[in-house]
Amino acid sequence: MAHEWTAEKLSLTDRLTAVVGRIGKSLNDRIVYAGQLAAFSLATIYWLFARPVKASTLVSALYRIGVQSLPVIMLTGTFIGMVLAVQTHPQFKAVGLESRLGAAINLSLVKELGPVLAATMLAGRVGSAIAAELGTMRVTEQIDALASMGPNPIHYLVVPRFVACLIMIPGLTIMADAMGVLGGAFFSIKLLGVDWGYYWEYSRNAVAQYDVFAGMFKSIFFGGAIALISCYQGFHCDAGAEGVGKASTRSFVVSFVMILVLDLILGIFLDKIHVVWFGGGPRAVV
Amino acid sequence: MTDAEDRKPTEFETGEEPVWEGQVYTSADGTRRILRRRPPVLEVRELGVEFDDRYVLHDINLKVHKGETVAIIGESGCGKTVFLKTATRLIEPTEGTVLFNGIDLGELNGRQLSEVRTRIGFVFQQAALFDSMSIGENIMFPILQLNPRTPRGELNDRVAELLYEVGMTPDVAARMPVELSGGMRKRVGFARALAAEPELMLYDEPTTGLDPIMSDVINELMIRVRDNHKVTGIVVTHDMKSAKKVANRIVMFYPQSRLNEGQGQIVYDGPADEIDDSKDSRVTQFVEGLAGERLMEMTLARGA
Repeated sequence: MAHEWTAEKLSLTDRLTAVVGRIGKSLNDRIVYAGQLAAFSLATIYWLFARPVKASTLVSALYRIGVQSLPVIMLTGTFIGMVLAVQTHPQFKAVGLESRLGAAINLSLVKELGPVLAATMLAGRVGSAIAAELGTMRVTEQIDALASMGPNPIHYLVVPRFVACLIMIPGLTIMADAMGVLGGAFFSIKLLGVDWGYYWEYSRNAVAQYDVFAGMFKSIFFGGAIALISCYQGFHCDAGAEGVGKASTRSFVVSFVMILVLDLILGIFLDKIHVVWFGGGPRAVV
Repeated sequence: MTDAEDRKPTEFETGEEPVWEGQVYTSADGTRRILRRRPPVLEVRELGVEFDDRYVLHDINLKVHKGETVAIIGESGCGKTVFLKTATRLIEPTEGTVLFNGIDLGELNGRQLSEVRTRIGFVFQQAALFDSMSIGENIMFPILQLNPRTPRGELNDRVAELLYEVGMTPDVAARMPVELSGGMRKRVGFARALAAEPELMLYDEPTTGLDPIMSDVINELMIRVRDNHKVTGIVVTHDMKSAKKVANRIVMFYPQSRLNEGQGQIVYDGPADEIDDSKDSRVTQFVEGLAGERLMEMTLARGA
């Protein structure tokens, strides 16, 4: 029998109910996502200690995640240092504090930009690749095949990538810092004519060992978050090529947001620690 | 298992009169033994799997005994592949139990489950070979899971032997999965599943997407695995010709969404050569490939 359809105008209450329903569903989806990601992270930490990782798998992950990321991290680090010099030089010159340019550039690099930049590059280059690789394995049933032969897929696929990210990201951060410092110094001294003696002297006074430690400490959390989010997205990838693409994009977006959230939380935490251990408030550059 | 089933007489291997489960007796060599019935290789009880608040499988009860090859047939979306994956806990059942040789898989921890899985071979629909490994490494993988210290020479010999078994030459071992055709990949999938000498083989649509000749090659391989290796098998397939050829028993699933209240999801469970005699119209339509009733439903759904 043919159906007859009629279009009824929605009342304001109906529309409000629909909007609230959508907001509720969206919120619920995010809570479920956070819960599943937390469970996935706990399973990864369990398997990290339950059974040793196969050396060959770990070495391969270290190479792909760390060594192959070096060129791009070095390049972006150098340019960020130079851009910082370009952007901050006119402001410092205007107030006659040109000589203190190095302190501002290097402190920003070591405390914030180096770790965040290295983590962002890692999320873009490595995180997306991990999500796409594991997503493809999911949709072609390779993860099921692996599990059906005995190995736990989290132990076999996630733990080596997680460990490699944790191990390699402090090194990549140091490299981003170093290249940024060199790039900033090159541009400031050679092209903008800042006195090199003052540049390095003020830099040395402004940047403490604790700042370098703080940057590296944060980077470990960034690396862990990138690995877990990317692997989770790959493991929970929707079917088909579109699913793999979405998993890859989502892994970068969620990782990037998480890097910024962690940066804020850890920044506050590390400043508090600094106050407790070394006394005094946050240091000023000028 | 019900009490009545527990007390059911069991035929003893020596051909003695039926005896009771748990009966103590003296064997020919004078030793005192207690009779235990061998559990089915795979048994599922009241199995249910739900996705997005919708049952794909519900109240499935099935036993697969040693030496049997059971074909599971049914239209797309009736839960055949989900059944295979649930049988190895690749998918967690929403309800019910899965027993492998009498061991409840739901009660095993990760390590124990890994051990049990090494005794089950799984041939996936698209072979699911690891792209990052060569064919040889793919086949070695399950062997190394059982014994990571297997000498390299022994591994290579075993790979060559398995490749011969599936009608391929050992030089294929150096190639990558992407270099092989669909039929070759499926045969490598067979070799990999056989590598750990499993007790149970699960085949997920092994002939789908293959030409008739390659389909028959795959059918012959399944028969060879059953007869030469004495491996119990469960084959999920749409291909009636293949099901009748390789299986001695056929089980037909019907989609949950099309069942009426109180109807069971298994609409046929019997010998492969008797399915043509079934009186159930759902079975005959599937076996004969008749779309009549379905076309009528489509017409009604359009409101014509």
